[in-house]
Amino acid sequence: MNCRSEVLEVSVEGRQVDEAMLALLHTILLHRSTGKFHYKKEGTYSIGTVGTQDIDCDFIDFTFVRVSSEELDRAIRKAVGEFKEALSNSGSDGMGQISLEFYQKKKSRWPFSDECIPWEVWSIKVNVVNLANEQERQICREKVGEKLGEKVINIVEVISRHEYLPKMPTQSEVDNVFDTSLKDVQPYLYKITYQITDSLGTSVSTTMRRLIKDTLAL
Amino acid sequence: MDNDLSPQDKKDLDKFIKFFALKTVQVIVQARLGEKICSSSSSSPTGSDWFNLAIKDIPEVTHEAKKALAGQLPGIGRSMCVEISLKTSEGDSMELETWCLEMNEKCDKDIKVSYTVYNRLSLLLKSLLAITRVTPAYKLSRKQGHDYVILYRIYFGEVQLAGLGEGFQTVRVGLVGTPTGTITLSCAYRTNLAFMSTRATGEEDGVGYPGVEDSQEVCTTSFSTSPPTQMVLPGKEGGVPLMPPQPCHGTQAEHGRVSSCPPADPGHHLSGSPSTGEDAETLSRSGEAKTACRPEALETTFTRKVGAFVNKPSTQVTTTGLDLPFAAFAPRALNSEENDPMVHPPESPTTASPLHGSLHSQDSVDSAGQTQDDFVMVDFKPAFSKDDLLPMDLGTFYREFQNPPQLSSLSIDVSAQSMAEDLDSLPEKLAIYEKNIDEFDAFVDTLQ
Repeated sequence: MNCRSEVLEVSVEGRQVDEAMLALLHTILLHRSTGKFHYKKEGTYSIGTVGTQDIDCDFIDFTFVRVSSEELDRAIRKAVGEFKEALSNSGSDGMGQISLEFYQKKKSRWPFSDECIPWEVWSIKVNVVNLANEQERQICREKVGEKLGEKVINIVEVISRHEYLPKMPTQSEVDNVFDTSLKDVQPYLYKITYQITDSLGTSVSTTMRRLIKDTLAL
Repeated sequence: MDNDLSPQDKKDLDKFIKFFALKTVQVIVQARLGEKICSSSSSSPTGSDWFNLAIKDIPEVTHEAKKALAGQLPGIGRSMCVEISLKTSEGDSMELETWCLEMNEKCDKDIKVSYTVYNRLSLLLKSLLAITRVTPAYKLSRKQGHDYVILYRIYFGEVQLAGLGEGFQTVRVGLVGTPTGTITLSCAYRTNLAFMSTRATGEEDGVGYPGVEDSQEVCTTSFSTSPPTQMVLPGKEGGVPLMPPQPCHGTQAEHGRVSSCPPADPGHHLSGSPSTGEDAETLSRSGEAKTACRPEALETTFTRKVGAFVNKPSTQVTTTGLDLPFAAFAPRALNSEENDPMVHPPESPTTASPLHGSLHSQDSVDSAGQTQDDFVMVDFKPAFSKDDLLPMDLGTFYREFQNPPQLSSLSIDVSAQSMAEDLDSLPEKLAIYEKNIDEFDAFVDTLQ
């Protein structure tokens, strides 16, 4: 099975990084989360309800929709916060990439740990620009808002192709496909990683892998 | 074409399409109410949330949608459309976008109705939620209120895009294949926001802010082997012929706004009566005297700032030399007589506020009919100022102030270096502090 990979690129000002990443990551997760599964007898299951909420950005003229789940929002904010910190500490001209990877787990025999097989990877390339005055910042607010709108349309277009999605699992397999640790929604298993590009544009002065959901704990 | 579909599947599919259409209308209209929408997730299925999404049902909207559908379903050649338009307090209106739920003939025979189609429709609704916040009408609708309101109209049948002006753009929200055809959802939105001052007579007020009641139809959320639960479907079922878009009734004269509608007017049929819990402010515009019919977006009127008792200016120069924001939109002064401060007292200038909206292109809302071909030099001569000891006058100071240099503490390089130096010097500093620890203890004691 091939992993489908999508790349989105944005150029933002320093203080817009958080909101731009949140907007795009939440838009993707909105489409890749379902309600909680409740398995009943004989292999049937019912699905809980996913609520949504509008989030206005403070530094960008943009509003995005995310699932109503404080736990999920906290996890994404944490990852984005770490990415932002790494970007500002890099001291280079502020280029980096944050990746949201959806994967399935495949159980292996002991002593081998479970395999993680990605089936969809979204990479968001970020270029941080510095602006000289308030006028430019105001224009940037609007321009980045429009750009994010275009990215949302791109995301939706990819989703609507209805390409490979993992099969709906049985009760015993559900943790290999979905993240069942949240109490109100159930996203597909995902992990967020990031890379900071150094000023030469070569691969990485710092590569740090952060597993936000440590589902590999064995 | 339906030969391969079991009767149960056909029934389910029709039910899904019907409720999908109703939910689509709810999402679109709620996204244009001007408020942020919020609904909560629930891990235990209540059996009343279609497509596993918490989308509230505004009763008036459901009523309008069902009335437009008149018992039919969207199908091939029969599209359901939601038209969003803007109406100013002066009665001018403009279509902003049209959302189309259509069906084409491409069938997907092998797809499972009760499972795959249902989940894909759910995904399509999520995409709709995301896209409705992205089209230009969203920002306009968030700012509606005093100067204009956003209205909706639902119709069924052929898609009409002529009202969107030239150069309208289309964005596709998504598509879902079914055994009887492929459902597509798209939005055509206007890009040319130059205002047309066509007065639509007999228009009633559209989207009220009705109280949201949770009156939901029962739906299924069970999957796998068991078929979906049977439903109770109130409302019209079958047998009702397709009716053309209804002419407005002209009976609604709420809040002092009288609407007299000629019976043959096929124009905007707007929403039903708002509920009593409605915000009265939004509808009592008839009582307000509004001189400007333009939306809040950009007010770019420059008037001559001439100090009192200054001689009448005789020349007119362009503003292109100025580095003021949106200087290009300064209107032409009609003639010096009209701008003479002696004859007409100068009005307080309304400068462009860059914080207002993102509609740079939209500024020709101009009931006075001024053209914007020529530009006017706005000479900053603050009242009572004179050339002082300083070579710089207030105007020049103001212009320079617009572009302050970057604060040195904000540049990353400097802070990164000092951070590294700080870190290096830490061990030394710690050693010094440890040596003087007695002094510090004594100091702390004096404080207590």
